[in-house]
Amino acid sequence: MPGLAGLFFCLIMNSELKNIKRLIVNQSLELDCGKIIKGFPLAYETYGTLNKNKDNAILAFHALTGDQFCTNINPITKREGWWTFAVGPGKAIDTNKYFVICANVLGGCMGSYGPKEINPETNKLFGTTFPVITIRDIVRAQKYLLDSLGIEKLLSVIGGSMGGMQVLQFAALYPELSHSTIPIACSASHSAQNIALNELGRQAIMADPNWKKENSSPDKGLAVARMAAHITYLSKKGLEEKFGRKLQDKGSLKFSFDADFQIESYLRYQGATFVDRFDANSYLYITRAMDYFDLEKQYKGNLSHAFKDNKSKFCIISFSSDWLYPTIENKEIVIALNACGANVRFAEINSDKGHDSFLLNVPEFLKTIGEFINSTYNEVKK
Amino acid sequence: MKKEFEAISKIIENNKRVLDVGCGDGTLMEYLKEKQKNDVRGLEPQKKLVQKCIAKGLPVIEGDAEKELIQFPKKSFDYVVLSQTLQAFFNPEEVLEQLLRIGKQTIVSIPNFGYWKVRLHLLFKGTMPVTKNLPNEWYNTPNLHMCTIQDFVNFCDKKKIKIDKSMCLTNEKISEITKRNMKYKNIFSQLGIFLIE
Repeated sequence: MPGLAGLFFCLIMNSELKNIKRLIVNQSLELDCGKIIKGFPLAYETYGTLNKNKDNAILAFHALTGDQFCTNINPITKREGWWTFAVGPGKAIDTNKYFVICANVLGGCMGSYGPKEINPETNKLFGTTFPVITIRDIVRAQKYLLDSLGIEKLLSVIGGSMGGMQVLQFAALYPELSHSTIPIACSASHSAQNIALNELGRQAIMADPNWKKENSSPDKGLAVARMAAHITYLSKKGLEEKFGRKLQDKGSLKFSFDADFQIESYLRYQGATFVDRFDANSYLYITRAMDYFDLEKQYKGNLSHAFKDNKSKFCIISFSSDWLYPTIENKEIVIALNACGANVRFAEINSDKGHDSFLLNVPEFLKTIGEFINSTYNEVKK
Repeated sequence: MKKEFEAISKIIENNKRVLDVGCGDGTLMEYLKEKQKNDVRGLEPQKKLVQKCIAKGLPVIEGDAEKELIQFPKKSFDYVVLSQTLQAFFNPEEVLEQLLRIGKQTIVSIPNFGYWKVRLHLLFKGTMPVTKNLPNEWYNTPNLHMCTIQDFVNFCDKKKIKIDKSMCLTNEKISEITKRNMKYKNIFSQLGIFLIE
């Protein structure tokens, strides 16, 4: 699409967001809330090399607290990327073979259009004046990135959790745009339980007196939100095995409210490190986008209609100990796909690591997605 | 590929939609997809085998036929295949009803409990038969509802299921079952293969 290329230009920002590639999207995008946005930034990263035929590109969507740096060391946080186990040279999503694209979602806080950005109309931070965004908005924004890279058809769209929701939304919006579609540990409609858990996190942030105060951030509230959420990413068995009732650095209970137990100390650490890298308002906006996600409703109460005539190869994966996006919710996607005769495969992977399994070293999972992507690529090349 | 699968694949016309129920490691599916350009789907309860199929690129979903068949629309496949599994279900009658609902035609194969070695085993040894085709002991066999070729034909008669084709495997050779040779085939065949609707 050479004609379109002129409509885009890529910037490497040289401010606090150095090392971040940003596409400025100059087309206007009407959000689901009705607001029209234009000239908005979309931060992204790529790994591997796009081949001559441009047929080896994989679009990975990140989950709630992820960002575009899915592997290697994240240049901003200096920590490992969120999907280092899966993406990289010789790994399941092999960057020696494939060109992996990952963008920071709209509403995110790693350089994309989000509440942490300056509102050009007021020259102030957006904060809570940022428009409420949806999974559909997030996905439609990323289509511009594909256009700017000149990619007409992806090898795969892949993602777990909220990333999986984006995968499903992508399949519904652009049925011709990917050879394979891999939603992992997700759901086509956010459940009441998950809305409740997100609301818990949001209320923790909003209860912090520093929320909405200029030049301060509700770190305590955000840390509590993260602690609560983190528990939901694990499983009871996983917690028992890793922590049990083990005490932190001491032989006996201290009869105080310090972190006596290892699990307490672990959660506190998770909360404390999270606030250094994540924006509280982004957390509000992105969890809202998840809650609003209801693909079935988008297609008038029939999820199958979202995938009608979609020729992509679907691979749905769930994990046995995931109670946040349990197998049964993943299976509803499979059922909808079978009802419209789609090319669907489904596996539940045994793991004690809970919802987080998709981010961790779970060999059966990594092997399954890796070999599936390879087999898809072999067929594309045929 | 084993003789049984050869016979099944010969029944299936090219470029048709096929659901393989209990597809195992996907051997038959792969053949149908590659050689006959069939649009194949599989259903398999064993995780390891499902993952193997997905790795090969085959569209297989993990699940138990007794629970999962209900999700497939009526007549959504040209053929539904069930190879040597009918006897292992808790409720084979209901599974068969589902297969007939989903498929325009259904191919069912059954290990023949009327095979002479099975009969002699029980007659002379007085213990539950263990043969090449039925390798398990009574206490660990997955087979809950064994039947003979004659049983299956009687069942189809009773249920008004139309048998379009009946074949059997006798000493590694596939042959037709007719009304005339029925009694003979019920003794000398290890396996019955039926195309029904």
